[in-house]
Amino acid sequence: MFKLVKRLTSVVAMFAVLFTFTTETMAAKKSKTLKNTQKKGFVRCGVSQGLPGFSNADAAGNWTGVDVDVCRAVAAAVLGDASKVKFTPLSAKERFTALTSNEIDILSRNTTWTLSRDADIGLTFVGVNFYDGQGFMVRKNSGISSVNDFKAGVSACTNLGTTTELNMRDFFNSKGIKYEPVTFEKADEVVAAYDAGRCDTYTTDKSGLAAQRIKLSNPDDHMVLPETISKEPLGPVVRQGDSVWEDIVRWSLNTMIEAEEYGVTSANADSMKTSDNPAVKRLVGAEGELGAALGLDNEWSLRIIKQVGNYGESYKRNIADTGILPDRGPNELWTKGGILYVPPAR
Amino acid sequence: MNFKKILPQLITLVVVILVFGFFSYNAQVNMENRGITFGYGFLSQESSFDVQFSLIEYDGSHSYFRAYLVGLLNTILVSVIGIIFATIIGVVVGIARLSSNYLIERTAAIYVEFFRNIPLLLQIFFWYFAALRALPLPEKAEPMFGVFFLTIKGFFIPAFIWNNLDIFIYSVIAAIIAIIFVRAYAKKKQENEGTQTPVLLISIGFLIILPLLSFLLGGVDASIEIPVIEQLSKTSFTYKGGLKLPPELISLALALSLYTATFIAECVRAGVQGVSKGQKEAAASIGLTPNQVLKLVVMPQALRIIIPPTTNQYLNLTKNSSLAAAIAYPDLVLVFAGTALMQTGRAIEIVSITMLTYLTLSITISIFMNWYNKKIAIKEK
Repeated sequence: MFKLVKRLTSVVAMFAVLFTFTTETMAAKKSKTLKNTQKKGFVRCGVSQGLPGFSNADAAGNWTGVDVDVCRAVAAAVLGDASKVKFTPLSAKERFTALTSNEIDILSRNTTWTLSRDADIGLTFVGVNFYDGQGFMVRKNSGISSVNDFKAGVSACTNLGTTTELNMRDFFNSKGIKYEPVTFEKADEVVAAYDAGRCDTYTTDKSGLAAQRIKLSNPDDHMVLPETISKEPLGPVVRQGDSVWEDIVRWSLNTMIEAEEYGVTSANADSMKTSDNPAVKRLVGAEGELGAALGLDNEWSLRIIKQVGNYGESYKRNIADTGILPDRGPNELWTKGGILYVPPAR
Repeated sequence: MNFKKILPQLITLVVVILVFGFFSYNAQVNMENRGITFGYGFLSQESSFDVQFSLIEYDGSHSYFRAYLVGLLNTILVSVIGIIFATIIGVVVGIARLSSNYLIERTAAIYVEFFRNIPLLLQIFFWYFAALRALPLPEKAEPMFGVFFLTIKGFFIPAFIWNNLDIFIYSVIAAIIAIIFVRAYAKKKQENEGTQTPVLLISIGFLIILPLLSFLLGGVDASIEIPVIEQLSKTSFTYKGGLKLPPELISLALALSLYTATFIAECVRAGVQGVSKGQKEAAASIGLTPNQVLKLVVMPQALRIIIPPTTNQYLNLTKNSSLAAAIAYPDLVLVFAGTALMQTGRAIEIVSITMLTYLTLSITISIFMNWYNKKIAIKEK
């Protein structure tokens, strides 16, 4: 009889566990990412496992990069402090699952915006923070100076689970070249294998090639071919189904770009409150009630600009000054010959 | 009385059903909320990614299901190679550990302690990147016997180009069936008349004569294709023709077999030591030769101790082969639970298929080894 009682208690305990699970899912059904973030006190951000210029941790564990800055901007807007971000390094393979299974709230990890990713697997892309394209890196002494010099039998190293893998096939197929894809889960292993001579070429987004080249044993022996074989608009991603959170991330990114357009920087943001231009005043929260529309206070955008800086500052700090891609190319403002163009904040 | 016995079982059953039901319901609701659809229809869609090494014909124009098969076959390939080599090395080292020669015994012991105490993933990285650093570039490779080329881009070996390969395979199958019959006949004959038949010689004879006949009469023809060096650019080369074993396969198989062999060696040692000394002495005293003692007395008893733990090692090796993803060997995890999962985003479907596949593989090995174990177990009468 005693045994029976013991078993019954364990069964009751199990039901109790089940019940708490159920109530928790009920509460999360509305997907109140904003509320949870404010309760926790930090933004949960998924980044790469180390891509200089985009998301890279130094020896002390401080993350920097343009992708990192998107999360910092959201933290500044939502929590008032750009440093309140918890970064989770993810491989290309893990990234979407981490987002859809609620482990992170923003995925800002040089991720290409495609239709199937946006529509099919429960994700929403909120914008583009870097316009990129796929390229090839080869050894300088190989005599290959263009993608037209590749011959059948060429082996290409790349990351698995990326659009790169698909573009590579489209590219080599269109040229009628039989090739050998060597795909690794982590970028560091791709670099090591290419460096050792396992592959004739290393292919990924051109920004990635420029960043990873620094990690090679003799960076000067390698070069990136001039051709770009694909469109790779990289941008932050959120879970589908929480449009408020989606808007916050989108407009945090847009604020950075628009701030550059109006010449608002981290240094002069406070003085811009008295600007004559109403658009600038709206941007720094001195006019209008834009914050309320997002469920935030009116200083949210001012904090982003003061704590993280505008897009140009972020680019210069992370990508240009580190020597990765000094030339902004398409990632210049539309007013200066690039294609960065964001809807107005009003 | 009966009710008291059944009740706990009934409750357990209900709880199990509830837990499973809850989790699947929860998954369904969450997927619906996030706009994720569920279904296995994607398996027939075009995969549109390539794989570097495949046992069957495959490229991106085939389906995701075909990609699954490619990964599965590669997993089986590296597991089978690993199991064969791990067994050979394991048995040799296990017996060496029992050697009365001090040097041999110590060497074997050091090998076992060294390799089984380093995490397998590290060993895989070591063998892969050590191999990549140590192997020559294709143009600098020294040919072995003039036809084998071990290079950083892979091990290039001559390939057979077959005509009427199917007839050759039938002839081998026929030979194997014939051998099974001869063995059964020989066993019966020995039981009834006490005379021994030279089964081994007859078996070898079948294995040579039947395939030979297929060449002479069946129109089977095989020629050898030797890999030839080819220039891709000013400084980069590869080999064309022949068969290519990627360095990823070689280093993975090497790491898996060296690691697992240490455990098998310990099983073998335990098995042989588990046979009591009296058995050997008794066998010798009735006039059996040392070879017969080993074959008829020691091994049958040692095997009973060796098989069950060795089965575990085979299962471990098969499951450990999933570490392949770290070094770009296109196994099931890399191709299917990696690339295919990423391209389709169907995490639940693909992970469930992958789990079921590993489960099936493991259970198959388990069933086979249990059958073998039962076969060699002492039949008490």
